[in-house]
Amino acid sequence: MFTLIKDSLLTQVRTLWLVFKKLFTKADTVEYPDVQPYMFPRWRGRIILSRDPDGEERCVACNLCAVVCPVDCIALQKAEKDDGRWYPEFFRINFSRCVMCGFCEEACPTNAIQLTPDFEMAEYVRQDMVWEKENLLINGTGKYHDYNFYRVSGMQIDGKDKGEALNEAAPVDVRSLLP
Amino acid sequence: MFTLQVGSIFTIILVLAVVIVVAAMLIWVERRLLSFWQERLGPNRVGWFGLLQVVADMVKIFNKEDWIPRFADRFSFVLAPAIIMTVVLLSFAVIPFAPNIGVVDSNVGVLFVLAMASLGAYSVMLGGLSSDNKYALLGSLRCAAQMVSYEVFMGISLLGVVALSGSFNLRVIVEAQADGWYVIPQFVGFVIFLIAGIAESHRLPFDLPEAEGEIAAGYHAEYGGIKFGMFFVAEYVGLVLVSSLITVLFFGGWLGPAFLPPIVWFSAKAFTFIAFFILLRAAIPRPRYDQLMNFGWLFLLPVSLVNLLVTGAIILSTQ
Repeated sequence: MFTLIKDSLLTQVRTLWLVFKKLFTKADTVEYPDVQPYMFPRWRGRIILSRDPDGEERCVACNLCAVVCPVDCIALQKAEKDDGRWYPEFFRINFSRCVMCGFCEEACPTNAIQLTPDFEMAEYVRQDMVWEKENLLINGTGKYHDYNFYRVSGMQIDGKDKGEALNEAAPVDVRSLLP
Repeated sequence: MFTLQVGSIFTIILVLAVVIVVAAMLIWVERRLLSFWQERLGPNRVGWFGLLQVVADMVKIFNKEDWIPRFADRFSFVLAPAIIMTVVLLSFAVIPFAPNIGVVDSNVGVLFVLAMASLGAYSVMLGGLSSDNKYALLGSLRCAAQMVSYEVFMGISLLGVVALSGSFNLRVIVEAQADGWYVIPQFVGFVIFLIAGIAESHRLPFDLPEAEGEIAAGYHAEYGGIKFGMFFVAEYVGLVLVSSLITVLFFGGWLGPAFLPPIVWFSAKAFTFIAFFILLRAAIPRPRYDQLMNFGWLFLLPVSLVNLLVTGAIILSTQ
């Protein structure tokens, strides 16, 4: 009889007491629009296109990001400047498709495309979720401050010949190798 | 015209308005209290501490389409929510809120409340049957069986109080507690009435008629808009009713030290029980249906009968 009362009644009373004590504990809720959460720098949020330290577009329109994108949300068209640099004629990201996987950032050889800790991108019109290059391009270097693709690569452009990049040896003169 | 006395038009309108408003505000109170017990904050954005949440909910529910499913039996489908609302509000007619506040001073107050509670079973039965939906039917079956069986123990557990005070009149019962609340001599009766009251108003943990996880809202699965709203508010009015009854029958109603007016004592006691019912919802999981019925017939019925017999024996021996 005692164990019956203990198991059936007292445990219920104990449960009630334990739950009642929760009245005096602090709520776990973060009141989001009033209290902004700390966003980690490497959070994968809104996608941007960065510029190199000289202020030129980093993107060389190699299309690797568009290829690697699992939901095909990136579209771009290559064009070429007079000095030989490649750049995207248009660069379009459909954020209504984007899953923020960050593969484009990993694939990018020039650190041009980067993901940022901003996630507040709600829109009323679906078409507004499609961002063009002028929306994506920022006036800074993003997460990589010193990197400039044309200074470390063997790519030849006006004012920089092959072999003049950082840590780069001069091109081999094939004719001098004759016996 | 504006005198507070039992049975005056002003008092009747006041009681009706206050009961409905309090019941509606309980939606907010319950959500807030539940969330505090679950370490959340609850609705706190609309108005002062979220108090206008009820207004927002009501505006939404009144603006919904008044939809009756084509396969439903129209007459009883519309009738069902009206019955439960009428019945729970009628029960408040006999509740003595304070010496000068109340609707009727009835000599059969206890019986009237029990009768109205029995009529409430028709509402859920009709609602479930007329919906022509298997979940609604299951819910109404459960509800009918639960209400009919728990009414038995509810009535028997009250008889101890009636025997001690010698009256079915709720005002006489309150005044008879001037020497001491009936919760002390009738503690067993109080516990049985509490449990039966939860089952009667089908609140958690005895909300098997509308268990969301099992039978998808049960008897009001097909209801929407204002008709659902009536079921919803009627549940809260029922909660206020059961809390008021416990206050009146076992905790001395309006009686209390004189530094506060009687109505304040009544409200404080009743709200304590409302909060307790919400705590029960936060803490206790719902039992299986056969456990509920077994607990009622095999445990509560014998205990309430023994309680009645012992009370009667003591009254007889002390006379």
